[in-house]
Amino acid sequence: MSDRGKKALGVETIGMSMRFGAFTALDDVSIKVPAGSFHALLGENGAGKSTLVKCIMGFYHPTAGDILIDGREVGIASPKDASALGLGMVYQHFALVPSLTGAENLVISREKVPGIIDWRNERAALAQFMERMPFKLPLDVKVAELAAGEKQKLEIIKQLYLGRSFLVLDEPTSVLTPGEAQEVLGLVRSMTKAGDLTVLMISHKFHEVTAFADDITVLRKGRLTGTGKVSELSHKQMAAMMIGDQPIAALDSRAPVPVGARQILTVKALKAPDRTGLRTIDIGELDVKSGEIVGVAGISGNGQKEFLEVLAGQRTRDAGDVLVKGSPYGASRAEARTLNVRFIPEEPLRNACAPRMTVAENMAFRTFDLNEAGKPISWIRMSAIRDYATRLVEQFKVKTASLASPIASLSGGNVQRAVLARELTGEVDLLIVSNPCFGLDFSAVAEIRARIMKARNAGAAVLLMSEDLDELLELSDRIFVMSDGALVYETPIAQASVQTIGEHMAGHH
Amino acid sequence: MDATEIGLWGVPLAMLGGAIRVSTPFIFVSLGEAITERSGRINLGLEGTLVFGAMTAYAVAVMTGSPWLGLLAAAAAGLCFGLFHGWICKFRGVNDIAIGIALMLFGSGLAFFFGKPFIQPSAPDLPAIPFGGWSDVPQVQAALSVNVLFLIGAALAVFLWWAFRNTRAGLILRVVGDSSDAARAMGLNPNTVRLLATGLGGALAGIGGAYLSLYYPGSWTEGISSGQGLMAVALVIFARWNPLGCFAAALLFGGAGALGPALQSVGVTQGYYLFYAAPYILTLVIMIATSSPSRSLAGAPGELSITK
Repeated sequence: MSDRGKKALGVETIGMSMRFGAFTALDDVSIKVPAGSFHALLGENGAGKSTLVKCIMGFYHPTAGDILIDGREVGIASPKDASALGLGMVYQHFALVPSLTGAENLVISREKVPGIIDWRNERAALAQFMERMPFKLPLDVKVAELAAGEKQKLEIIKQLYLGRSFLVLDEPTSVLTPGEAQEVLGLVRSMTKAGDLTVLMISHKFHEVTAFADDITVLRKGRLTGTGKVSELSHKQMAAMMIGDQPIAALDSRAPVPVGARQILTVKALKAPDRTGLRTIDIGELDVKSGEIVGVAGISGNGQKEFLEVLAGQRTRDAGDVLVKGSPYGASRAEARTLNVRFIPEEPLRNACAPRMTVAENMAFRTFDLNEAGKPISWIRMSAIRDYATRLVEQFKVKTASLASPIASLSGGNVQRAVLARELTGEVDLLIVSNPCFGLDFSAVAEIRARIMKARNAGAAVLLMSEDLDELLELSDRIFVMSDGALVYETPIAQASVQTIGEHMAGHH
Repeated sequence: MDATEIGLWGVPLAMLGGAIRVSTPFIFVSLGEAITERSGRINLGLEGTLVFGAMTAYAVAVMTGSPWLGLLAAAAAGLCFGLFHGWICKFRGVNDIAIGIALMLFGSGLAFFFGKPFIQPSAPDLPAIPFGGWSDVPQVQAALSVNVLFLIGAALAVFLWWAFRNTRAGLILRVVGDSSDAARAMGLNPNTVRLLATGLGGALAGIGGAYLSLYYPGSWTEGISSGQGLMAVALVIFARWNPLGCFAAALLFGGAGALGPALQSVGVTQGYYLFYAAPYILTLVIMIATSSPSRSLAGAPGELSITK
């Protein structure tokens, strides 16, 4: 409960291994997180970070290895055991219940909840507890209505409320603005410094690790490949530990946007209802020229998704115009074909694929009913589809067991490569992209960004929406910030500052 | 004033009485369904449970002479149906809506099979409380003769509304219904909670069935429910999963259902058949008016398969 757990815990694993059948997810990993330290766990997707953490938290039973808490060996058979020992985890995807208020979320997650809850007493106790906390939060609001940063703080508060003094944070800042990320990590950092808390943070972001962590451990393919003090390591050394010696696709240098480049996409006074139907998104004016990447930054839930759905034809608009090369664009197949509009939505398996159809069929979605000359055909030739897919698979290095496998059986990076292959083949005048690298590993990310840059340099107009500010800063020529359904800020890349963009993302202007 | 001649006043009065009489099964089924859906599962089988509950209650009442034993038996039968639904749905790849439809047909079929010998005999009724004793007008007395189950249903609606926010069980139910992941992270087993919620929902639907056969219309026939169980499911969505809303919506549906007979009783001879369709038309109108192609339902439990 809220009274115990003043003191931070030190956690150690010794020779931790985890095998799923013939697959070794974790191979003899020993890490040491001393009490009151801020430890970062780095590694690519599938490197075994979450397996290690799940073993510590009791979700998995390791095949071999021991866990020590404050130097004493403990048995953790279930998440319940872990929480009884004071270990807590903040998940990447919030484990809060959206339709409950903050107070309800806190009370119901407690070990012992009385049959009938006396809200007057509970509120008083919560208010008292919150006074000792480093940050303030509205607890009587439904969690669904909180901003992402507030949810993240509430997750951390929940763990402290439950008396946990060793916290695992799983990519805690992936949904936060730079400002929020600084704030949350800074607060956590101060609590570890005060000796109230020990933190093990899974992260991809080197600059966060450098700014906040004391030590790092790096995993690759289930093995420990490096460990050390953050103060003694450079980003380059960390990256080398993470990815080993595999080649990383280099980004093309940015060709200058030609003066008088043709305006490809024009959006004017666009209005559409958002998912709840209670608010509208309202895009005043947006244009993208040939050979430039226009980035749209914003915290998820500020209308980017809806904007994209309008452009993709998945959502009806109330008012406004979308013009491509001067002609109205309603996202029909015929229009997309004549105007050369291509689309790479987020979660491509869900939004751009038919998961159970084969890789070849999915790759042929744009062209299966056309012959070589681009004229409609009445009989579909499977052999043509296969040949086409064979070529693209080779060209875009899609790793698949066979062209006849369902596309859902591919890894995330390869699904994205397949979609990219389909969308970037042929003439592309307008490319609309959303969060193209979400959840992909280092090398896939580098390659996909390189492909987008290549398309830009070849003269495509690119509209790129991303929640990853680093990605936008790396690729864009101009950046817009979307907040509360509207474009609130525009800056050319040369003058872009993370600070200012972050403030606009948070709606502080 | 001549007591039997109250003219057109008879229509609203009959509708009030009708609302109270007809709404009771709606109240129980919709409250049961509200519990089930709040746990993140939808049970369309409540129509079958309602019919089977009606048959069970009637049969047990005929055999034992006690309507209360009939009521208990109906609740127990409903509980079994609900638990069965909840148990099947815990398996991977099982669709709760498909199982619901199967159980709807199964419940009705089983009720017809076992109910054949009970179409003839008559069973004792559940008692009603005459709140209209102060009036000499028979229509007023008829309208205000309120069955105890209606009162229990009203109290239950208020209790559930309170319990969803103020009890551990209520909060756990909402947690499970809104996010299985959050529930698992809390150490709750969503399947167990849903099993119990579906069982409880089934028991309440069984009680609704007992009301049908033991009070109004008060006899066992195969067409006894005429889709009330299904309408109650629609009603829960209309009421946005709020028990008080369920109660109000049930009264509204009950009133609409009483419109046809009420018009007929005051001598409207033409077109009153159209008004018999009022509850069904109301269902359609409400579903159309409250839905939208571009926005999701506010307040819907996140784990519900129809809103996912």
